[in-house]
Amino acid sequence: MAEPAASPVVIIGSGLAGYTAAREFRKLDKQTPLVIVSRDHAGFYSKPMLTNAIAGRKTAVTLVMKSAMKMAEELRAAVLARTEVRQVDTAAQTVQFASRESLAYRDLVLALGADPIRLPLEGDGAADVLSVNDLDDYARFAERLEGVSQVAILGGGLIGCEFANDLLARGITPTVIDPAAGPLSRLLPPAAGEWLRQRLEAAGARFCFGVTATRIDLSARGYALGLVDGGRLEAGLVLSAIGLRPRTGIAREAGLAVHRGIVTDRRLATSAAHVYALGDCAEVEGHTLPYVMPIMQQARALAATLAGTPTAVNYPAMPVVVKTPACPTVVCPPPLDAAGAWSVQAFDDALEARFHAADGVLLGFALMGGATTQRQALAAQVPGLLV
Amino acid sequence: MKSYQCIVRGFVYDESLGLPAEGIARGTRWADIPGDWECPDCGVAKADFEMVEI
Repeated sequence: MAEPAASPVVIIGSGLAGYTAAREFRKLDKQTPLVIVSRDHAGFYSKPMLTNAIAGRKTAVTLVMKSAMKMAEELRAAVLARTEVRQVDTAAQTVQFASRESLAYRDLVLALGADPIRLPLEGDGAADVLSVNDLDDYARFAERLEGVSQVAILGGGLIGCEFANDLLARGITPTVIDPAAGPLSRLLPPAAGEWLRQRLEAAGARFCFGVTATRIDLSARGYALGLVDGGRLEAGLVLSAIGLRPRTGIAREAGLAVHRGIVTDRRLATSAAHVYALGDCAEVEGHTLPYVMPIMQQARALAATLAGTPTAVNYPAMPVVVKTPACPTVVCPPPLDAAGAWSVQAFDDALEARFHAADGVLLGFALMGGATTQRQALAAQVPGLLV
Repeated sequence: MKSYQCIVRGFVYDESLGLPAEGIARGTRWADIPGDWECPDCGVAKADFEMVEI
């Protein structure tokens, strides 16, 4: 490396991507100084656990597995909590903070995460709609749930369905609103979506498909939602779970190539030397995959690269576990542009959907109920995404 | 018999139960699971599981 050895590896972001990259790096390199910059408390928690925290009787406090201090000790790193990054200068290899102080880096890792997408909504209750994208959001959500018996959830995708199922554990009735014809419409064939819907409904969830909410007004019971078809709905709380948009602001301002996410090659290298990206903010060879398993693959490859062995990330088939205990579900979606067809076998207690290409190759699958035990066997048959 | 928990998703490996669906027999000790084994839920490495008391 051309830079003085004293310059640290700097990771911006203390979510699963940032901390996993740090942990994997430390397994390989115990010497190089390491700095982790976080705009929040920098305690280690697992974001996927936010959608089943109620059933797991977790609070915003107990979700934190390790404090920033403990992480700093374990990783032998400096952890800068509540520190906002103002800009990155890729030519000078420095990060400047909002405080105007700056820090030189040997290598910079962007693990910025993603922002929730918000729909434009009218009405005097629109500003009260919550998204739960991090631990601070969760704390607010938990506080606002006190005394609430009905929650409207905008979006019937992965996060919307997981929250719906989790709220049932507390006796709260969720109503999921989505313009698609069924839940998880981007991941599941319609017959599998219907199977999931039936089981979530049997457990107490309600669904309004084929519509969107257009306005949210304050009402005596909390909020009145106006739907695009003229329908109305009352709820004590409105949760938005429409989807995620990679956080790219810092990268864009630093002149890095940005498309949907921060563009990287298979080594997680961005368009600027010594700058890498991983996790929900990164677009790796055209793929933005906001799931846990890709982060684990990325973190290991990046750690090896940072430790001196340039390593490309591999994406094997990566099934996604949907945390809906009312209907255990694992889905390995086929690539978006894949040609082929779904075949679905449904039984009373299990559903198995397979997506085959014309030549017979298995490109994706969805398993529900008792069929989820087939996960490993089927995943082994699906070609990897990046191999 | 001990249990080990994935630090990311909370998946628990219980030695007394094993993971028959993955070919790991009941009673398989944690120490005997290969080092390259990963959490079936999220891909976390075996090294990133922590022992939990039951």
